[in-house]
Amino acid sequence: MSLLVVLEHDRGKWVEANDEALTAARKLASDMGVELHAALVGVGARDLVSQAATGGAAVVHLCEHEVLTDYGPDAVGETVAQLVASINPSAITAVGTSRGNEVLAQLAARADLPFVANCMTVAPSDGPWSMTRVQWGGSLLEDATLDAPTKVLSFGHHSVVAEVADAPGAGEVREFAPALDPAMAATIVRDRDVQTAGVTLSTAPVVISGGRGVGSAEGFDQLEELAELLGGRVGCSRAVTNLGWRNHTDQVGQTGTRIAPEIYIATGISGAIQHWVGAMASKRILAINTDAEANMVTKADYAVIADLHKVVPAITAEIRRRQG
Amino acid sequence: MNILVCVKRVPAPGAKINVTEDGLSVDSAHLGFTTSPHEECALEEAVQISERDGGEVTVLTLGPVEAEEQLRYGASVGAHHIILVPTDGSAWDPQRTAAALTTAIEQAEQANGQPFDLILFGNESADSGGFQVGVRVALKLGRPSVNAIKGIDPGDGSVIARREIDGGFEVYEVPTPAVLGIKEGINLPRYPTMKGRLASKKATLETAEIAAEPGGQALIRLHRPPEQASTTEILGTDETAAVRIVDILEEIGVLA
Amino acid sequence: MSDFPTSAKVVVIGAGIVGNCLVGHLARLGWTDIVLIEKGPLPNPGGSTGHASNFIFPVDHNKEMALLGVQSANQYRDMNLSVDSGGIEVARTQERMNELDRRMTSAMAWGVPAEMLTPAEVKELVPFINDEVILGGFHCPTVSVVDSLETGTVMRKEAQDKAGLQVFANTEVLDLITEDDPVPGMSQIKAVVTDKGTIEAEYVAIACGVWSNRIANMADTYIPLVPAVHQMADVGPMDVLVETNNEIGYPIVRDMDTFCYERQSAGSMEVGSYGHRAILHHPDEIPSNEEAALSPTEMPFTQDDFDPQMETAIELMDMLGDAEIKYAINGLLSLTPDAMPCLGELPDVRNLWSAAAVWVKEGPGMAQVVAEWMTYGYPRVIDPHASDISRFYPDELSDEHIWARADEHFIKTYGIVHPSEQWESRRGLKESSLKAITDAAGAEYFTARVWERPHWYTSNADLVERYGLSEREVEWDNRWWSPIIDAEHLNLRENAGMVDLTAFQIFDLEGPGAVAFAEYLSVNKVDKAVGTSTYTPWLTPDGGFHSDLTMLRLGEEHIRVVTGAFDGGRDEAWIKKYMPTDGSVTFTNHTEDYVTIGLWGPNAPAILAQLTDADLSHEGSPYGSVRSVTVAGVDVDIFRISYVGDTGWEIYIPWNDAPAVWEAIASAGADHGLRPCGAGVYAVGGRIEKGYRLMGAELESEYNPVEAGLARPKVKAADFIGKQAYLAAREAGPDAVMCTFAVEDHTDSAGRQRFIQAGNAPILTNDGERITDSHGRVSVVTTAGNAPSYGKYLCLGYLPTDQAEIGNTFKVMYMNELFPVTVVATTGSAFDPDDSRLKG
Repeated sequence: MSLLVVLEHDRGKWVEANDEALTAARKLASDMGVELHAALVGVGARDLVSQAATGGAAVVHLCEHEVLTDYGPDAVGETVAQLVASINPSAITAVGTSRGNEVLAQLAARADLPFVANCMTVAPSDGPWSMTRVQWGGSLLEDATLDAPTKVLSFGHHSVVAEVADAPGAGEVREFAPALDPAMAATIVRDRDVQTAGVTLSTAPVVISGGRGVGSAEGFDQLEELAELLGGRVGCSRAVTNLGWRNHTDQVGQTGTRIAPEIYIATGISGAIQHWVGAMASKRILAINTDAEANMVTKADYAVIADLHKVVPAITAEIRRRQG
Repeated sequence: MNILVCVKRVPAPGAKINVTEDGLSVDSAHLGFTTSPHEECALEEAVQISERDGGEVTVLTLGPVEAEEQLRYGASVGAHHIILVPTDGSAWDPQRTAAALTTAIEQAEQANGQPFDLILFGNESADSGGFQVGVRVALKLGRPSVNAIKGIDPGDGSVIARREIDGGFEVYEVPTPAVLGIKEGINLPRYPTMKGRLASKKATLETAEIAAEPGGQALIRLHRPPEQASTTEILGTDETAAVRIVDILEEIGVLA
Repeated sequence: MSDFPTSAKVVVIGAGIVGNCLVGHLARLGWTDIVLIEKGPLPNPGGSTGHASNFIFPVDHNKEMALLGVQSANQYRDMNLSVDSGGIEVARTQERMNELDRRMTSAMAWGVPAEMLTPAEVKELVPFINDEVILGGFHCPTVSVVDSLETGTVMRKEAQDKAGLQVFANTEVLDLITEDDPVPGMSQIKAVVTDKGTIEAEYVAIACGVWSNRIANMADTYIPLVPAVHQMADVGPMDVLVETNNEIGYPIVRDMDTFCYERQSAGSMEVGSYGHRAILHHPDEIPSNEEAALSPTEMPFTQDDFDPQMETAIELMDMLGDAEIKYAINGLLSLTPDAMPCLGELPDVRNLWSAAAVWVKEGPGMAQVVAEWMTYGYPRVIDPHASDISRFYPDELSDEHIWARADEHFIKTYGIVHPSEQWESRRGLKESSLKAITDAAGAEYFTARVWERPHWYTSNADLVERYGLSEREVEWDNRWWSPIIDAEHLNLRENAGMVDLTAFQIFDLEGPGAVAFAEYLSVNKVDKAVGTSTYTPWLTPDGGFHSDLTMLRLGEEHIRVVTGAFDGGRDEAWIKKYMPTDGSVTFTNHTEDYVTIGLWGPNAPAILAQLTDADLSHEGSPYGSVRSVTVAGVDVDIFRISYVGDTGWEIYIPWNDAPAVWEAIASAGADHGLRPCGAGVYAVGGRIEKGYRLMGAELESEYNPVEAGLARPKVKAADFIGKQAYLAAREAGPDAVMCTFAVEDHTDSAGRQRFIQAGNAPILTNDGERITDSHGRVSVVTTAGNAPSYGKYLCLGYLPTDQAEIGNTFKVMYMNELFPVTVVATTGSAFDPDDSRLKG
């Protein structure tokens, strides 16, 4: 009896999410009272066996095939499905990254099993399992049950805090050679593009927007300067477009562009709902505003209650200082 | 290139989502409904391809009869055909959904006399987020599939599909017919025009009644996560806050 | 952030356009210690202000709405937060063209520049309009677009600077604490409980827009409004709009016949609709800021409701069809049972104020009204009697009533509404015990608020022929009117008429303090012999009219107040506001204990004499006297008075005895030509030829008794509300004088006979110029109607004193045409100026 955790790697490079996967899988295997196995699929993974063992894997299944030159959902999915058929684990898990969920979906489809994605907690039992999983991107939780001869489930990415194992696993390596149709090469990664320069408002990692509080079209020069330093883009509120200070293409909001940067710096923006709808997917929001009661301030993660005309140049100066 | 886009009707909630008393669904009494965002982008991509290269776009949904609203929305932004697979209104699990969709697609392809060159799904639905229906349908139809696609370049007998990864894209060349899971950001979906909306009211709704067996995953209860007090950290009240701000920019890795 | 206060002079709840302007105006009027509480964030808390279309069409047929619209527009202008975009109402039908002529008339009345345009002229101003589907346009260059959110911020700032206003956003009101008041049925506000703490407050104002009634309910009172959907879609961008590089570069177009407007918003066009079904919500259904996808009052767009509007919008502006619908909402706004706002002190909770059901277009003006009301005891900027929250009767304060009426009038937002138009829904709320009898006589009922009043009787149709009367030529003039009214009038003057006056509001003041209190309310002396009466104004503290009614001295400690059905609520509230709190006076509403029948005409004494042994002579029953007598075996009070100009009585009969008395009078009158007679005679025809004034028409708080011609030779010694101002007015003399005008020629430019209707018809010089007095008050027709006994069609209206001379000629504008009139009376009556008929 075993729990199989499917690990990821990028052409032989360990992926941080594996630490989460192993942390969650160790706990689950322990709750189940079974041995923890790990699967590493594709060329270049041999060097990662020790890391999987450190993470608690008693057995590491190294799955290699000439088709598996790089990631490919069909080929990797089929490989895992064949491995599962071969070793017959009680359950298979992974962390719910883009690839992790895709591979488990492939496995479940091929094995005609249910698959529960993005669990927070899992309660194994002899009968159907109970789990709590994520809906609505985390805005809601779902209590669910999973009734299947073999359980397939992923843990939500970042729902588990990676911990170092109390004791390493034995890390016994077992080679597994799947039988793959060469046609599966069709969905193997062919090539890679590096992100090109020239970010757009919707893809920029940093967006610095100005509202009516900027005061004039020229007032945006300070924002442009900071945005350039940060490799970001300048946006604006609807009021600014209406005043003719910026082009509509710069407008963030319901009727402008919807953005999701790493950080959104909203300066002099009160935060009308239409604007908020465009900005709310930002990972972090910093509001700079003189009004502590402004919508944007109360909804932001960070706020500075001060005049943007003083704060923005100060940020620029501080960055220049640190960059020497 | 003929493209099928599978979409899902989902509520359009605010920041706080309420659950019905029985815990089985989102309380949508005062919510509007929309097409799940990834699928909205998939539809836009399909329409752009058909406008550029020709071919027709079909939108299909499995859902309550009210999901006709999302199909008509699809027609209003350029889809040529709309198909409804009606449910009883309850949430169907992923296996059941995939089985019914597969049958519906097979029927549609039979009627068309040819397979769809591309079948587009959203990478995952906005509500239940099962991450699997497109993959299951692809395998049942025996077609290749790739998820998390943020770029499509149709070719002859294949498409170049780009999948976003850290710092760039993976490039796939997938032979058609194929199934792709689309991610938001691939494009900026258009809004319908008034004329488009009016024309969409005249689109013929095809209905495919399909029964399917429930799978092994069952919804027991929805609930809200424990309240997290939304707290704004005040970094300062004058320009000296710049130091803290730059610390944060460094921490989150946007400062090279 | 300052610490949360535990007490304040005044707490204003709600930081939308109204609440913000209210704190601003309070600060301007010298108030301090003000706290503003808002449940949502600032500057856009998520109420209706946040999604308002923010344009002001300053033309309205209703004086209050029109003048407060202009007042509001000026306040926005003064803050430099408004742009004059101009606006055009276009007509697709001849009926609408007629309505636009009526708009021209209102524009002239309220001093708003306006012109009629041909379709080609419309297209010059709005090049993207399809001029083939329109017949013309009404252009108003001072239509403005305002920034209501920024205005709120500026007003708050002003109040912070002037009065130390404290503002608490994200603070939810959980309860209003009240305390019993010495006056039975009344309470007084004590404190506001919020999630941040409790504030004891002397005054509390509710400016919570669509949530206002929910807050009012916390004090066990009621603000009758319902949140209703106004659909709006933002479509764009369109090059022609983008190229203006402006928030608004083209006039706003109101496509009135399709109930839509098109308003440029930068590169897009906002298409708004009042043409869909009434979509009403309960306040509890409105999501919170957190639950709402957009904002609480921007509810999910119900596309199906909007589809028909899109077709007609594209017809008018084809370019709309190809632009994207970027943003579309079911925006919530407030509707009330009678389409007017809810302003003033709640009649049952002392010091709790309502500033609700106010839209952005009239927000600053109405906030000023409330602030002045709180400061001076009555507003100065305008008489808000039609917006006064105390106008409602209990039957109007229910969800059922509001929903039915809102459902009925929503579509009339851009509709063509006749000044006499009657409600279809919620009829029969209050009916007389005479109803079966008046039904049998073929009564056509009009409502006086909740009360059903026979307006004329179809059983009198035979009189039309007898007096040789006919219908009016133009349907609009004939609508809600009948020549039977004039026939009943002539019959009353020739024989006698019997009027169902059940709708009279009857309030008794009793107790040792009753007479003194009545004296304090009234200009004229009430403390007279038992069995006498006093017809008197009640004044505002500033000396304008609050009420105009009759008080009967029924006993040493017993005063009966009789007032009209349109004013019962306001008058009852006024009494309770000023009543002694020491228990020396009790108040009883006897409206539904008595039926009043009016019996007037030359044959009235002969008819009544058959039914009573009482002395009906001018010695036994002199004018103005009240006598308890037996009529047809029933104990009644007969009050010799007349509002129609012929001798006779108001007979006060116990409710259940009224049918028998009516029948007895009818029998006795059979040989004297007695006919039932409707309110058409009582309220208009009879009184206009006698020049009798009506509260709400001739009598408003902007005018005083000296100007209305109601000042008595002497002023009583006792103090009364408004006395100082009244004395000053007497000293100063009238700035304007109430006059009666005769229409000399009814022929319009098309050769048709037209009949002026009151309310918005300006009285102009012979050159067609507006007339205003030195206070800026404009001369308009306050009442108009046929005076069949006098033989002419008459109008009432004020003229500046120096022009108020019999024989002077003027023009009255009606439907954008001028009709010649002559002054035929100033303070007196056009008909029977010596009142000889009252002595008959």
